Amino acid sequence: MMIEQLVTSLIASAAFGLMFNVPKKLLGHCGFVGMIGWFIYISFVEHKADSVFATFVSAFFIAVVSQLFARMYKTPITVFSISGIIPLVPGGMAYEAMRYVVMNDYSMAIQLAAKAFMISGAIAMGIVFSEVANQLVKKRTSR
Amino acid sequence: MERSNEVAEVCLLAGKIMLQSGAETYRVEDTMMRMAASFGMTHSHSYVTPTGIIFSMDGAGPTKLIRIVERSTDLQKVAMVNDISRQISSGQLSLEAAYERLKKLERQHLAYPFWAQVAAAAVASGCFVIMFQGKWNDFLPALVSGGIGFCGLDYVHRLVKIRFFAEFFASFLAGIVAVLLVSLGLGTSLDKIIIGSVMPLVPGVLITNAVRDLMAGHLVAGLSKGAEAFLTAFAIGTGIAVILTMY
Repeated sequence: MMIEQLVTSLIASAAFGLMFNVPKKLLGHCGFVGMIGWFIYISFVEHKADSVFATFVSAFFIAVVSQLFARMYKTPITVFSISGIIPLVPGGMAYEAMRYVVMNDYSMAIQLAAKAFMISGAIAMGIVFSEVANQLVKKRTSR
Repeated sequence: MERSNEVAEVCLLAGKIMLQSGAETYRVEDTMMRMAASFGMTHSHSYVTPTGIIFSMDGAGPTKLIRIVERSTDLQKVAMVNDISRQISSGQLSLEAAYERLKKLERQHLAYPFWAQVAAAAVASGCFVIMFQGKWNDFLPALVSGGIGFCGLDYVHRLVKIRFFAEFFASFLAGIVAVLLVSLGLGTSLDKIIIGSVMPLVPGVLITNAVRDLMAGHLVAGLSKGAEAFLTAFAIGTGIAVILTMY
């Protein structure tokens, strides 16, 4: 099961890289970043961790790996991070929320929408924390 | 005086290409100011929003303004302008040569062919079904509806210049195809197929850039991109909601 998840996340992230016109030689790296992120997310969720927390940790590591690649290839970081972030976007949850809205079950819909909102926030905080780590490392090495 | 004008032209051109290709606004400002500094104009100011660039050099020539209307995502161009800026900073590229290369880059069409993008969207949709714990027999239906949805996005984008309608239509189209395929017995879980096939429409660039811009203190750009991402997501959701009410 895990192999299946890893392979599909690799392909999906690389495909997103292609849609965003990432240079050809870096498509594989996009896929790799996405695979790492999804692996972390899935491992946390399988061990019954909260999906908000799993998303946060995963987004953090996606940004860290992207940061490393960005420095290695002297390319803007977004080239790598965007396609890695996309699988974390709470599409499924937003869909469920929408379905309850259509069924006029607003209390369920709000619950799910709030969760989706928290996950989006977790993605943002993951990116922020990795930037903090990056700047701390930079300060230390330049001193 | 003449030279300062030329420097401003080069910086603005670089900024314009970057902003049109989906770079973060803080990166555009940073690149423009670095380029100006390496050509000897150390006191430049650039103010970038998602829809325009204002660039001024202290005491040298008039302030300039460029309006950005069309925005797309082309990370390769962002990377290439970044490259040119690096070469300028290290003194490998003269002003004239930089202008030549940027002009050429602006005209260049670097995007992957359309069929490749559709194929990528289709494959990504299929993969997302598996990633969201779907079954393999839903892989092909999601592939088809995701690809058709993405085609619809591109088609409407060219047809009408109204933002958010293309996303609405694309998710609506993907939903219809998914419903059709399931009722023909080609897929089992409608939910998973629809979720997978709308994933290529997710505004990933906007989300990431909004966060990064807010983080860099560019509040105006960050908030406006966040609003755009939210409205895009809402448009996708509306398209799905229409399908769900009918089905």
